[in-house]
Amino acid sequence: MTKIMTLVQASSRDLYILVGVVFVLALLPLGVSPFLLSVGTSVLIFALAGVGWNVLSGFAGQFSFGHAAYFGLGSYTVAILLTKYSISPWIGLIAGGFVAAIFGLLVGWVSFRFGLKGAYFALATFAVAEMLRLTFNSIDYFGAGIGITIPLVDGDDWARIQFSDTRALHYWFALGLLAVSIVAVIAIKRSRIGSYMFAVREDEDAASALGIDPLRTKLIAISISGFITALAGGYFTLFFLFIDPDVVFGPLVSVAILLRPIVGGVGTIWGPVVGAAILSLLGELTRTLVREPPAFLSFLEGANGLDQVLFGFILIVMIIRAPDGVLGWFRRKREKGTE
Amino acid sequence: MQGRSRTFIWAVLAFVVIGVAFAIMQTSWWDSNDTVFIQAVVSGMLIGGVYGLVAMGLSLVFGVLDIINFAHGALMTIGIYASYLLFQNYGIDPYLSLLVTVPLLFVVGMGIQRFAINPVMTAPVHNQLLLTLGIAIMIENLLLVFFTGTPRSIELSYARGSFDLGFMTLDFPLRVFGAVVSMPKLIAFVMALVLALVLYILIQRTWLGAAIRASAQQPEGAELVGIDNRRIYIITFGIGAAAAGAAGGLVMPFLFVSPTAGATFTIIAFIVVVLGGMGSIPGAVVGGFIIGLTQELSQLFVSGSSKLLGVFVVFILVLLFRPQGLFGARQR
Repeated sequence: MTKIMTLVQASSRDLYILVGVVFVLALLPLGVSPFLLSVGTSVLIFALAGVGWNVLSGFAGQFSFGHAAYFGLGSYTVAILLTKYSISPWIGLIAGGFVAAIFGLLVGWVSFRFGLKGAYFALATFAVAEMLRLTFNSIDYFGAGIGITIPLVDGDDWARIQFSDTRALHYWFALGLLAVSIVAVIAIKRSRIGSYMFAVREDEDAASALGIDPLRTKLIAISISGFITALAGGYFTLFFLFIDPDVVFGPLVSVAILLRPIVGGVGTIWGPVVGAAILSLLGELTRTLVREPPAFLSFLEGANGLDQVLFGFILIVMIIRAPDGVLGWFRRKREKGTE
Repeated sequence: MQGRSRTFIWAVLAFVVIGVAFAIMQTSWWDSNDTVFIQAVVSGMLIGGVYGLVAMGLSLVFGVLDIINFAHGALMTIGIYASYLLFQNYGIDPYLSLLVTVPLLFVVGMGIQRFAINPVMTAPVHNQLLLTLGIAIMIENLLLVFFTGTPRSIELSYARGSFDLGFMTLDFPLRVFGAVVSMPKLIAFVMALVLALVLYILIQRTWLGAAIRASAQQPEGAELVGIDNRRIYIITFGIGAAAAGAAGGLVMPFLFVSPTAGATFTIIAFIVVVLGGMGSIPGAVVGGFIIGLTQELSQLFVSGSSKLLGVFVVFILVLLFRPQGLFGARQR
């Protein structure tokens, strides 16, 4: 009990921020259109996936380029359990997390045992995700290329986490999952295993000289990471009610998952959330700019793909100018200011 | 490491023996499917040559700069569009327009390295990867803005003719033991080997090549003897992009031209690079053939599976057992 108290005290700042952020975000459904609320929910889902990615790649320093694997496993576990065995997604979400965690242990054990790191580990994770995509595409039990559709029910059904009349409940549910995961990540960061992860990230040889088992540390990181990302994948199924291998295992999912924490700040608690907020604002801004440009930019109107050009350009500038993410950029500004 | 290499060689041998045994056991299968089999081998070799060509430039960039360049396929797409536009608007033969697309891509590549990648050379892997991804997004969508997403294709007037070589006449599409070989694919295959040789000589036999190799192996040492690493990086990326441009020009005649046409090659090219050994030109060529054959044959033997599944299995095995690749030096 005292242990928990010290943990709470040590991370009180992060917890205060969490309470504040959740409070503000929870009020959002009261004032925005249903469409924006859907956008908001999917932003929350990918922020959650990013929180998971951040544990392995940010905390433990093992760059994953294939987190779609865990996202997809979460999605499919929920979908299969619900449609084939009528098992509630409350259990499905947790089960998906465990499936992904065990799969992560397997992938991690093989690749870390063989000493894969850096770019090679990244390419291996990518290949694993692609293999899952191709495999699920050819197995009839998993709906093959057609995918799985979750049947609709009338009214709100808490057992199936399906809410028909209002999008707000979905939004709050996703927010709740995100908040719980962030609390877990704060606890990890402050705990012994978190310190081990940072040590392995900074210098593996030095860490093992101090008696830390790098393999064990990385395996714990990959399973926690997979678990959280699978929660996001599972909720994706419940929110969109349709999945197929390309939608949940595709390379673009892996990119979407890692983009947010990197833009926000790799290895920080709030990086994935800040990154998700910035990227979605940016996306909306560029889309609006192309849809209804101001007079002097009227030639931009309706040009297909232009928002993506802008997006790519901003991404490039951001990485060159703020290599440690938006949060890192602010920290450096502040340190300069106090000197 | 020694033990692992040996394991790998044994694994390959076992694989081959099992394959041959399988083939002999299936003689009745062979009788009825020999044309299908030969066609798969021929197609695999032809597409493998192209894979090798695409991978060469990537391998050079990966080996020298240690950058995962996800924009390689997008650079190839620029080559594809340049070649297509020159053919469509000015009637310039795609093989002649290589003289334009290759220098064009060389300049584009140098610009990208100078202004975008040189500033992040010491950044962590994820930033470099995301940067090249951003470049790819920009290039693909710029092409989409200007030329829309409509897939286009061309027809070469001479691709279906017969050629008198003096001692024999070649009728295209060519038939080799019952397998069909189209002319653009054959040209791409031959040109890929020629360009591989040119690139190999450039790297191994010229002063510039020596400087590039020095910069790759010992950046500090190279600096000490007066090599400007940043300049070498710019030139190397330029050469890599030029190779991508050449590949784009060569595949244009038998591919649907679209803004994502080159992107489909990026992942295969990475697999070939790792398989062949990063920085190795012969490795890229041999790796290209292996992947091309794997792709076509795995589809033949395991029916119903995707072409790429076998390729990814080979990739994972290589990563685990021989991460330095077939021709690669030991990892740094």
